[in-house]
Amino acid sequence: MYAQLVSTEGLKKPEDMTPAERAFQERIDRNEKIEPKEWMPEGYRKTLIRQIGQHAHSEIVGQLPEGNWISRAPTLERKAILLAKVQDEAGHGLYLYCAAETLGVSRDELMELLHKGKMKYSSIFNYPTLTWADMGAVGWLVDGAAIMNQVPLQRTSFGPYSRAMIRICKEESFHQRQGYAIMMKMAAGTPEQKRMAQDALNRLWYPSLMMFGPSDKDSVHSAQSMAWKIKMNTNDELRQKFVDQTVPQAKYLGLTVPDPELKWNEEKGGHDFSEPDWSEFFDVIAGNGPCNKDRLGARVKAWDDGAWFRDGLVAHAEKAAARRAPVAAE
Amino acid sequence: MSKEWPLWEVFIRGQHGLNHRHVGSLHAPDAEMAINNARDVYTRRNEGVSIWVVPSAAITASSPSDKGPLFEPANSKVYRHPTFYDIPDEVGHM
Repeated sequence: MYAQLVSTEGLKKPEDMTPAERAFQERIDRNEKIEPKEWMPEGYRKTLIRQIGQHAHSEIVGQLPEGNWISRAPTLERKAILLAKVQDEAGHGLYLYCAAETLGVSRDELMELLHKGKMKYSSIFNYPTLTWADMGAVGWLVDGAAIMNQVPLQRTSFGPYSRAMIRICKEESFHQRQGYAIMMKMAAGTPEQKRMAQDALNRLWYPSLMMFGPSDKDSVHSAQSMAWKIKMNTNDELRQKFVDQTVPQAKYLGLTVPDPELKWNEEKGGHDFSEPDWSEFFDVIAGNGPCNKDRLGARVKAWDDGAWFRDGLVAHAEKAAARRAPVAAE
Repeated sequence: MSKEWPLWEVFIRGQHGLNHRHVGSLHAPDAEMAINNARDVYTRRNEGVSIWVVPSAAITASSPSDKGPLFEPANSKVYRHPTFYDIPDEVGHM
């Protein structure tokens, strides 16, 4: 999802656990929250740093495809709305970096890993946003997929992550709605506008399905994360839920989901649908998507260009503190 | 003359998973005693699972006279709320 392919260790069986590990697992099974100062297995800590860090990076890098349209929004109202949404993403990144920092890593370290390409962010943000309709499709599909993942994560076992998720979910409900409102406007507009809306859906449908990550039915990695309750559902469960929720929404817009295999399956009570092209997914994750270089380049440039300002603020704070400090015996 | 004990702000986590919340303040000579005192003053009826204490002097508060400039600008940004957008019931919860 916003954290895809988070590597972790294999699932530990109860008989292989130390007494401390078993007691820890029992606390999680009782739905107790784990707090930063409490004992936790090293693998739990490391997996969470990777997952929360990746989630935070996705919020920050996720500002870029939409930021592209702030100065090009069709009306002042749309511009104010888009600005508010991008501002929220920045805030969500900050909540998540702080949650990760409670695990003994610093925000600057995480930033450095991102800038060096050693930590990932969601594959979805490596696709371009070509028209205004993409702002609708991103809110509707990308935020819709993110919310599908984040709602269950409110119940995750790590207290600071869970609390950040609760705050984020509360703030994020407007993101999907504003996107769908744009889609409604475009789909009911001129034939050209409707064509743009359909084109945005065509381009963003499969990348949105990829957000949930590859099928994890055979993955021992996700089994351990699920036992630790840092992953609450399988990738396939969430993808199915997303498709079932989104198909009627597309229908209401009068748009066609770009999948000829898509059909309702009465027996399973859900839609059958085509898998995205997973070789494309792995290629994007490996850094070869349409916008990987632009996105990371923009982040590194923002960080480097802001260095003088960050340093200036620190110098000012130090000078102000020195002025306030009582003068030592003269 | 004996020295007056400093003031500490006390934050209690009521239940597993919740944020610590400010419950009040107390005097204590150091942080360890402040925790001990907070346990006696604020959790006699099993109100908490965790305590934080912070020296009151370390807290910087916004000025009451800044209330307008700080918070009023958010009033006009109604589009930050989900209810600003009319989404038909047919498309399900969003």
